[in-house]
Amino acid sequence: MFNGKNYLRPSTLEEAWTLNQNKNNKIIGGMLWLKMGHKNISTMIDLSDLGLSTIEENDQEFRIGAMCTLRELEEHSGMEQFFSGMIRNSIESIVGVQFRNLATVGGSVYSRFGFSDILTVFMALDSYVELYKGGIIPLEKYADMPYDQDILMRVIIKKRTRKGVYLSIRQTATDFPVLACAVSQNQEGAWKIIYGARPGKALAFESGLPEKPGLSDIEEAIGKLKSWGHFAGNMRGSAEYRKALAEALLRKAIRYTMDMTRA
Amino acid sequence: MEVKIKVNHKNITDNIPADLLLIDFLRKHGFYSVKRGCDTANCGLCTVLIADEPVLSCAVLTARANGSHITTLEGMQKEAEVFGSFMADEGAEQCGFCSPGFIMSVLAMEKEFEKKGITNPSEDQINKYLSGNLCRCTGYMSHTRAIMKYLKRAGGLK
Repeated sequence: MFNGKNYLRPSTLEEAWTLNQNKNNKIIGGMLWLKMGHKNISTMIDLSDLGLSTIEENDQEFRIGAMCTLRELEEHSGMEQFFSGMIRNSIESIVGVQFRNLATVGGSVYSRFGFSDILTVFMALDSYVELYKGGIIPLEKYADMPYDQDILMRVIIKKRTRKGVYLSIRQTATDFPVLACAVSQNQEGAWKIIYGARPGKALAFESGLPEKPGLSDIEEAIGKLKSWGHFAGNMRGSAEYRKALAEALLRKAIRYTMDMTRA
Repeated sequence: MEVKIKVNHKNITDNIPADLLLIDFLRKHGFYSVKRGCDTANCGLCTVLIADEPVLSCAVLTARANGSHITTLEGMQKEAEVFGSFMADEGAEQCGFCSPGFIMSVLAMEKEFEKKGITNPSEDQINKYLSGNLCRCTGYMSHTRAIMKYLKRAGGLK
């Protein structure tokens, strides 16, 4: 557990941002990961009073506040329909309900954990982050940015129809993934294939798959995957093992997605 | 810092360190059903309800819970007794260490099923809801039998 000297609940974003410029202060999200460490924190900044705990939906997009819990995300009926269960599938294996009632979307996305199911699934959709100073930027770009002192306000997912699936391999049902794979296809037929827990953070694999891939197209994509040098080993599995899983998951995910597109 | 927290309908005012975890606050005030079974927010033993939602009290700052209403097993004696008898009948109680957190989750699950109109939940739905409660004695078979019978009891899910 970390040590925290003071606790503050700013009432404006500017106040929160100013506090966050001091590197000894720290924003407290769901605290699930933070509590695993032993940092010394001067002021714990709680964003609970900034109106960032709701999921708003309009014609164009879903706007998910940084303080929304994973459970709220998982239970959201609009997203369930629009993204055919992908988001729920990516979340429901994360520890348990009591855990997901605390873990926040902002905490997961800001941290850009290698094991993050959320980052993986969001990257397979048309997602952006809204930063207090940095404005709205594509999630893929944010995933690559260094950690900074800005405030992640919300994740925005555009309502562009996509069919897709989220698959992961876990050693036990609620453990971190050994490998995660999110695949989606938009209405124009363009594919997004994202691998998470490589064990590095989520990354897009450019498969070159056409709109309606035949067997030879799929084999070609698998060939590319075999020489894609972005899998590595850690205590959960070797790079070779992950590569074998990645191939199996990709074959499955393409088939499931095409079945959905046909239906 | 000063906090005012309602626990099982009783107001508690206390002066606490800013980084005190809710589990330690609750134990300090005598709610010993709330236990720390792991150090990784994975076991579910410290489950309490904040505003009727089950959460891990080992991962909540007492400061953040300021002003809210917490329910621990001590505040759910009646409901716990009913479910507890189903557990006893199925031999689901072995060392018993995980039972308080587990019972809190089962009762929260029942409420949620009721709210969603799920009257006949499948084993899969139950397992998914309870995956955050670990038991190292039973292998869960006896738990599952107890839950199925409990939910189907007269006056159960409707």
